[in-house]
Amino acid sequence: MTGTLVPEGGTTRQPIERNDDVVRVRHLVRALALQCRLSLVDQTKLVTAASELARNTLVYGGGGSVSAGLVTRGGRTGVAASFEDSGPGIPDIDLALTDGWTSGGGLGLGLSGARRLVDEFHLETEVGRGTTVSVVKWAR
Amino acid sequence: MVGPDFSERLANLLSADGGRLAEAWVERVSTSLRNRMSTVELDRELRELYDALVEALRRGAGGVHDENFSEVRALLTEISRNRARQGFTPGETAVSVFALKEVLEPGLTSGSSADIGAYLRLSRLLDEFGLFTMEAYSQTREEIISAQAEQLLELSTPVVKIWDGVIAVPLVGTLDSARTQVVMEKLLQALVDTGSEQAIIDITGVPAVDTQVAQHLLKTIVAARLMGAECTVSGIRPQIAQTIVALGIEFGDIVTKASLADALRHALGRTGASVVAKAGERR
Ligand SMILES: Nc1ncnc2c1ncn2[C@@H]1O[C@H](COP(=O)(O)OP(=O)(O)O)[C@@H](O)[C@H]1O
Ligand SMILES: [Mg+2]
Repeated sequence: MTGTLVPEGGTTRQPIERNDDVVRVRHLVRALALQCRLSLVDQTKLVTAASELARNTLVYGGGGSVSAGLVTRGGRTGVAASFEDSGPGIPDIDLALTDGWTSGGGLGLGLSGARRLVDEFHLETEVGRGTTVSVVKWAR
Repeated sequence: MVGPDFSERLANLLSADGGRLAEAWVERVSTSLRNRMSTVELDRELRELYDALVEALRRGAGGVHDENFSEVRALLTEISRNRARQGFTPGETAVSVFALKEVLEPGLTSGSSADIGAYLRLSRLLDEFGLFTMEAYSQTREEIISAQAEQLLELSTPVVKIWDGVIAVPLVGTLDSARTQVVMEKLLQALVDTGSEQAIIDITGVPAVDTQVAQHLLKTIVAARLMGAECTVSGIRPQIAQTIVALGIEFGDIVTKASLADALRHALGRTGASVVAKAGERR
């Protein structure tokens, strides 16, 4: 987890404002995963994590955007994606990351599950200001 | 912008020989559409547009978005929408406007320099109208496409009765929540309609299962149970299985099978029927 991520070949930014934007985010991330030559299992894990985070951005964050692209660090290549909203924020991060905990009617496994599906997971949130979740999945 | 004097001159140019020019216009457009539209309809459409254009110029209209052109814009929008619905290409649609330039050209050789100036202005105006047409056209296309996507949503999720007492839903493609919801509702209805007690949900064709899709699946299975039916999930591929495990989704006592065939065998066993391979066919 040390060293800075170096963007490789530009970042794509997409809005997450409607239901079908979540599908578009999955397509974007899938395309990057293919470009990065992630294995099929890793592609599926990353796409699923992106789907979870995008939906949280939409449902809990009240909409926002994703920025995604390829990154390198120390000779490795990966896919990075950052989900950003200026919604209500998360008052209790540990609680939100508890398996099965939901403030809505979900399974409460999106945030915690997404963390297990990726290699790097950073959550920044401030009550009343918004939430940013950044993830990276490295090619093996 | 077309100045008042120019627009007056243009109106005169267009109406002097009006009947003949409009006729030539209709003819040219008709040829370019290779008679795929009735001449009567085209004639009505374009003459109406022609008259509106002359009228607007007479009142001294400026650019495309000028107040005086509102009638022209409305007609162009209608024409574009019709063309899009009838399956004409964007080019074939815009030609309705551009053809008027060609029709006016021959008159230029004998025209004064003021006429030529006016023609050039009109030409620019028609270019703008051409673009306007394309915009209206693509907007309609988009509407048509999203309507089709909705229909596809219904069509691409067939619930089929594959055996007496057994229905199956092969899920294919990206599952967004809207689509999953539709499928699951159809499945429950099909259980009732066919009087089946076994349902197979095959997800071989699904690239990713997230918690929302899983939740829809789980809810449907529980609802089916309440109706006295049992669901089997088949076709969970390795990458999906690993992802589901990492997410922490539990399928509990839900029956899962590797393939649709396995699921069918299981379902038939539960309905009391059984599949027996004939001796000669056994491999
Ligand atoms: N972007 C966000 N903004 C505000 N709250 C969030 C955000 N993402 C997640 N949360 C909170 O974390 C909880 C857990 O999220 P998650 O694990 O995805 O479960 P679920 O989506 O099923 O509720 C949510 O119920 C919500 O309260
Ligand atoms: Mg969630």
